[in-house]
Amino acid sequence: MNKRKIAGLITTGLLAAMLSGCGGDAAQTPAPQESFQHQAIPNELTVAIAQDLDDSLDPHMTVAAGTKEIMFNVFEGLVKPTPDGDLVPAVASDYTISDDRTTYTFTLRDGVKFHNGQTVTADDVVWSIRRCADAEGGSSLVESFSAVTDVAALDDKTVAITIAEPDNEFFSYLTAAILPKDYDKQDTAPVGTGPFRYVSRSAQDNVVLERFEDYWGTPAKMDRVTLKVMENPDSLLMSLQSGAVDLCAHMTSSRVAQLEEDFYIAEGTMNLVQALYLNNAEKPFDDVRVRQALCYAVDRQQILDLAFDGYGSLIGSSMYPAFGKYFDDSLTNYYTHDVEKAKALLADAGYPDGFDMTITVPSNYTPHIDTAQVIAEQLKAVGINAKLELVEWGTWLSDVYSGRQFQSTVVGLDASTMTARALLARFESSAKRNFINYQSEEYDALYAKAQTTFDDAQQTQLYKDLERNLAENAANVYIQDLADLVAVRKGLEGLRFYPIYVLDLSTLEWAG
Amino acid sequence: MKYAAKRLATLLVTMLLVSLLAFLAFELISGDPAEIMLGTQATPECLAALRAEMGLDQPLMVRCLQWLMGFFSGDLGTSYHYKQPVWELIAPKMAVTLCLSAISFLLIIVVSIPLGLLSAGRSGGRGEGLRTAVNQLCMAVPAFFTGMLLSWVFGVALKWFTAGRFPDLREDFWGAVQYLFFAAVAIAIPRIAMTVRMLRSTVNSEMGKDYVRTAISRGNDRGAVLRRHVLKNAVVPVVAFLAQTLAEILAAGVVVEQVFAIPGLGRLLVASISNRDYPVVQVIVVLLAFWVVLAGTLADLIQQRIDPRLRLGGSL
Repeated sequence: MNKRKIAGLITTGLLAAMLSGCGGDAAQTPAPQESFQHQAIPNELTVAIAQDLDDSLDPHMTVAAGTKEIMFNVFEGLVKPTPDGDLVPAVASDYTISDDRTTYTFTLRDGVKFHNGQTVTADDVVWSIRRCADAEGGSSLVESFSAVTDVAALDDKTVAITIAEPDNEFFSYLTAAILPKDYDKQDTAPVGTGPFRYVSRSAQDNVVLERFEDYWGTPAKMDRVTLKVMENPDSLLMSLQSGAVDLCAHMTSSRVAQLEEDFYIAEGTMNLVQALYLNNAEKPFDDVRVRQALCYAVDRQQILDLAFDGYGSLIGSSMYPAFGKYFDDSLTNYYTHDVEKAKALLADAGYPDGFDMTITVPSNYTPHIDTAQVIAEQLKAVGINAKLELVEWGTWLSDVYSGRQFQSTVVGLDASTMTARALLARFESSAKRNFINYQSEEYDALYAKAQTTFDDAQQTQLYKDLERNLAENAANVYIQDLADLVAVRKGLEGLRFYPIYVLDLSTLEWAG
Repeated sequence: MKYAAKRLATLLVTMLLVSLLAFLAFELISGDPAEIMLGTQATPECLAALRAEMGLDQPLMVRCLQWLMGFFSGDLGTSYHYKQPVWELIAPKMAVTLCLSAISFLLIIVVSIPLGLLSAGRSGGRGEGLRTAVNQLCMAVPAFFTGMLLSWVFGVALKWFTAGRFPDLREDFWGAVQYLFFAAVAIAIPRIAMTVRMLRSTVNSEMGKDYVRTAISRGNDRGAVLRRHVLKNAVVPVVAFLAQTLAEILAAGVVVEQVFAIPGLGRLLVASISNRDYPVVQVIVVLLAFWVVLAGTLADLIQQRIDPRLRLGGSL
């Protein structure tokens, strides 16, 4: 009995010592007690993001889709996209395009300010456009701006941009951010003109944005938005349930199903072309019959049903529905699930008993892994034995994407700008990003023609022909544009979806 | 003095080897930081330019030497991904991780030593089977699972803390400690179970020795003997074990930090590895090695204090 008493005394004593020690610290730094009710601070918002903004924050250097998605709120170009897919003037208030379609003249909006307080001048615009055109580094804008031959400030409020040849899509590149001239800390302390200004970041933890009071347009509703990096899906779910996080995009259907009465689910599209991408230079996928056989063998609707609870929209080529006029819906069901046809095509190609293949999937993308698993199962019906190989994202980029050392892979490819070209350019035979080694003379000819056609209707038709070419030749097994499921705390309103991969925070507000 | 010099040499050699190994490991795995930064938009020209900018075009030995020279002159380099000095990036995370480790370690000592003593000498009694079962269970359940359970029960259901809202350590220290406490419990449980079991068996084996019988036969109280004589002898191997635990706590922290969304070194380390952010990984790895060696040294010193036989510097 004695022993137990002693041990008990020691325990209580030490615990008390520890607690009082902690209490002492609390007394030294009297911090306001954390409030568990979010309603107590109504004009702030915490948004969870699945990965940190992990490269340079400089908008002209940014390549990661997740970074652009958020920094959309901080930067603006001469024009900016709308949820309908249009481009409206932003830093510029007006523009004219010359008759020969090579000179774009912009009139700057009055009183547009940078987050550092300076007013945007024509010099800033000229500097920004030149910087894009000269940028060395990763920006996808580099290629697009290589056509710029001259940028000049005509007066304080007017800027003229001249390009070498007419190009219907050049206008959409002018969403490139306008930055203060000669400011060189964009990569760590970005300054733009958007509705939110960048405040701070803590690696792998959070990014803080605050409303920009001097915004030229409709000001943001929230005072402050904290973006929390939550890589672990379980802790993300608990953070939503505990009230620490108010909004999270790109959720899986099984996760949102676990959220209860505090949330509603908004459904948009991810704006990705998800496909089983096939290395067209690799046996047996160098044979169009084999590729077509795969298209028939895969049951896309079943993929949606099994892996995505029915969410998602089917696609039949390298284009997704949000692109409106460029999307050719007649291709969506170009191939229908037909095991017999698939077997016949395989037999025809010399593989009556099927073959073994490997599907390489980046391990950080659960939706792609799930899709690949269903596909592997479905392919068994036609005798194809598909093995999954999960690789790290970095490995995927170096081996599959740059090295082209793969047989097949499931990923989603996005469009960097709101142009059809952004999705279709990569399949031209000589394109550097043609990682599937697609070779089609017809495609190359059509693509070249599309680049020199300036009548919008004709060009649109040419882009549709390109999509048809990809579908007919079964360049890849096209699957779907994934649904973007956003968990939104009840009471939070104003979420808008865009046809590109951005999250507009400026219209979000707490109701009531 | 001789001892200190020997220890210091061990420390330096260990850190040197670890940093070399880290360099080599990155050389062997595929994935290129420049390529990860440029993503799917990369062109060969951009890649080459960026590699040159980051110094990746230099041979391995040159890079390694440059890094070592920088490290010993106090320049830890700049993160590829965050473009921030590595030290600025790591310091706040290290504070969090150290707090978490400290709380875990305190918990282990405060709980396991009394529990170990209490359960020693009670073998064969009622509840023995149950005690062993509980002990085994605590040892076997992985920390991330306990973490999820604790996080859900106290962070979501009971709201003793808000899961996912870790307060800033500088602004709200008490709140942060409260948050860390639950994560620390998850880390501590399996190690408490191990320490209790160890202490129990060392105490029991000491209790059967001649000097204990002599002491008791001289009329001493069993408890007094336990405290005055047995504990000192029994605790020596436990101290070594606890030092090892100190290193393990850090490893367990990497996982538990993810579950509790705690912005510590663990998350930064994991992210930096997958981003191939060498400068950050190098520094963290070397710091961890430093920690492990330091824990070993501390254990040595404490053991020598308790047990004079170890003070001769011999190999007893």
